[in-house]
Amino acid sequence: MIRVSKVSKRFKVVSAVQKADLHVQKGDIMGLLGPDGAGKTTLLRMICGLITPDEGEILLMGKPLEQLDKYRDELGYMPQRFSLYGDLTVMENIFFFGSMYRLDRSVIKQRADEILDITNLIPFKNRLADQLSGGMKQKLSLTCALITRPSLLILDEPTYGVDPESRKEFWKILYDLNRSGMTLLITTPYMDEAELCTKVAFISEGKIRLVSSPADLKKSFSYPVMQINLKTRRPINLHDLPGILDVSYMGSKVHVIVRDREQGHTEIQNYLLRNRIADATIQEVLPTMEDIFVGLAEGGAERWNMP
Amino acid sequence: MDRILAVLKKEFLQIRRDRMTLGIVLMIPLIQLLLFGYAIQTEVKHIPTTVFDQSLSAQSRDMLEAFTASGYFDVTMTADSYDVVTHNIDSGQAKVGIIFPPDFAHNLKRGTSAQVQVIVDASDSLLANQAIATANSIGLIKSQQILVQKMPSRQLPYDIRVRPWYNPDGITAYFMVPAILGIVVTMTMVILTSVAIVRERERGTLEQLLVTPIKPLELMIGKILPYIAMGYIQITVALLVGVLVFHVPIRGSLLQLYLLTLFFITASLGLGLMISNIAKNQMQAFQMSFFVMLPSILLSGFMFPRAAMPRFIYYLSDIIPLTYYLDIIRGIILKGIGFEYLIGQVTALLVFSIFFLVISTLKFKKKIV
Ligand SMILES: Nc1ncnc2c1ncn2[C@@H]1O[C@H](COP(=O)(O)OP(=O)(O)OP(=O)(O)O)[C@@H](O)[C@H]1O
Ligand SMILES: [Mg+2]
Repeated sequence: MIRVSKVSKRFKVVSAVQKADLHVQKGDIMGLLGPDGAGKTTLLRMICGLITPDEGEILLMGKPLEQLDKYRDELGYMPQRFSLYGDLTVMENIFFFGSMYRLDRSVIKQRADEILDITNLIPFKNRLADQLSGGMKQKLSLTCALITRPSLLILDEPTYGVDPESRKEFWKILYDLNRSGMTLLITTPYMDEAELCTKVAFISEGKIRLVSSPADLKKSFSYPVMQINLKTRRPINLHDLPGILDVSYMGSKVHVIVRDREQGHTEIQNYLLRNRIADATIQEVLPTMEDIFVGLAEGGAERWNMP
Repeated sequence: MDRILAVLKKEFLQIRRDRMTLGIVLMIPLIQLLLFGYAIQTEVKHIPTTVFDQSLSAQSRDMLEAFTASGYFDVTMTADSYDVVTHNIDSGQAKVGIIFPPDFAHNLKRGTSAQVQVIVDASDSLLANQAIATANSIGLIKSQQILVQKMPSRQLPYDIRVRPWYNPDGITAYFMVPAILGIVVTMTMVILTSVAIVRERERGTLEQLLVTPIKPLELMIGKILPYIAMGYIQITVALLVGVLVFHVPIRGSLLQLYLLTLFFITASLGLGLMISNIAKNQMQAFQMSFFVMLPSILLSGFMFPRAAMPRFIYYLSDIIPLTYYLDIIRGIILKGIGFEYLIGQVTALLVFSIFFLVISTLKFKKKIV
């Protein structure tokens, strides 16, 4: 569906995207992950034809971007920043964007009803977009992006700042869309959402570091991950211990990426003894996407034994 | 076509919900016209005048009568010495002093020229010019009368009769109101459309719009059309004020005025739109509109007659749409002339409109950066 080859984009002094390669196949839910300013939005915008790359080639559905005008209705795009008209109502926005694609009013209405029903926005049809909650705005934005029933949907941090309940709903919709044959390219800052993708690509400092499936990523992660379960929350500082690569805190759990299983286990145990933390247990776990993400952002791709 | 309509409808909805814009569209012509109109209307009349009459004769009284009858001079103070005259003017209580020398009547009778001294406080140049001109012409008229009385058989050697056409009473408001109307319309049209595109860029709404198949020209036209209606609302409000408050007579065809105004509105909107496509943000758009409006007002012939402009400035004023519209609106309202005399101006405005629209469309790229 999408083939990005050696694409770069510079903004004056910043290299936002450097020689990026990305291949999204039909039926994928491709998650593009990376820290703030990594170049995710820039890459998505180039794929949507909103920014011209300095170099490289982008093919959408096998066709070059220059011909995009002929198949714009195949492409749905939901920008990172809310881009609908705040001073128009929900339905006015939908009708406006629908008519940009020359859809009949009746068709727009029928499709809108369908999606608004799924997203529970029906009662807010006549509300001004500015007066919707953050989650509702995102759902409206999604509705507009879906109005042409595109075969490819590109979403830039669609669930950012949305409450967990709405995020779940939103992902359920995305899954249903995917099951009906839609290809999705999505960015997200939430690692639990990365697990929901069929494929993930990591980007940092404008470079795509690695593309894989979440399951393969976890399998090929080269370092053991130790989880410390604390009964009571307390400050713990493991960073300076030898053989410890990364520490991430998740409430009463602490994930520690260690260089060596035995050595790491001993170091952690000694630390707990020294600090008189008696009610903690240590176990080895599969890495979460969070662990992988932290590792990638700091250490690069060499932590994987990728084939 | 259907996309243009959709953009048009969207713009109308947005304008309708934007109280601020509506307020600007309605209030600006009202306020501007009333302010300007009244300010201009206070032609320098009833100038406080102090008189030192040393002649105290029938002749001096007759002359003074002529001064006061003109309406320009109000004798508010009499003086009995030069010092008092000086004091009255220095203190600002009087702006003009009229002094008849003791031998005024005597000289008149003898047939030698009788002097009247008129002192004018020239620190206000507009007032001074008017006072001097009026005093001069009063002197001239009175002299002619006397000459004619003395030589009833002979005709005057020169007889220049100036007949002010179109505005015989020389009422400034007649001349100014149509011009202010033009300025108000171009100002609001340019300012409103100068943010039309750049605002969407700044708010981010352009990002969603740009992935749709909309064409630049469709967007430009859809953005302009609703404001034509705004322009006509303004013209109507302004004309009503002009007619009802300032009693400006509309000598030509109102229908033609409305029809020809269309080209001025589109030229102004096009200019605004072009600014909107060039400016990086709304602030810049405002500054650029201001930068464009200032010469429009100064050079269009609104403030200074074009005939008196240096050659370079004169040519510069040729590329200002307002210049042509002033010809049109003053022509139709004051002269009562019709389209057949204004073809050149209309063509110019049409060319401006198309030029601005084309530049805007070319300048608009379906890109974020
Ligand atoms: N229009 C622009 N002009 C100049 N620099 C830009 C522009 N857009 C992005 N950048 C820069 O390019 C880099 C990548 O930005 P981008 O928005 O693509 O990152 P991102 O991964 O989407 O970040 P975030 O998670 O914060 O959305 C950043 O350093 C950013 O400052
Ligand atoms: Mg981004």
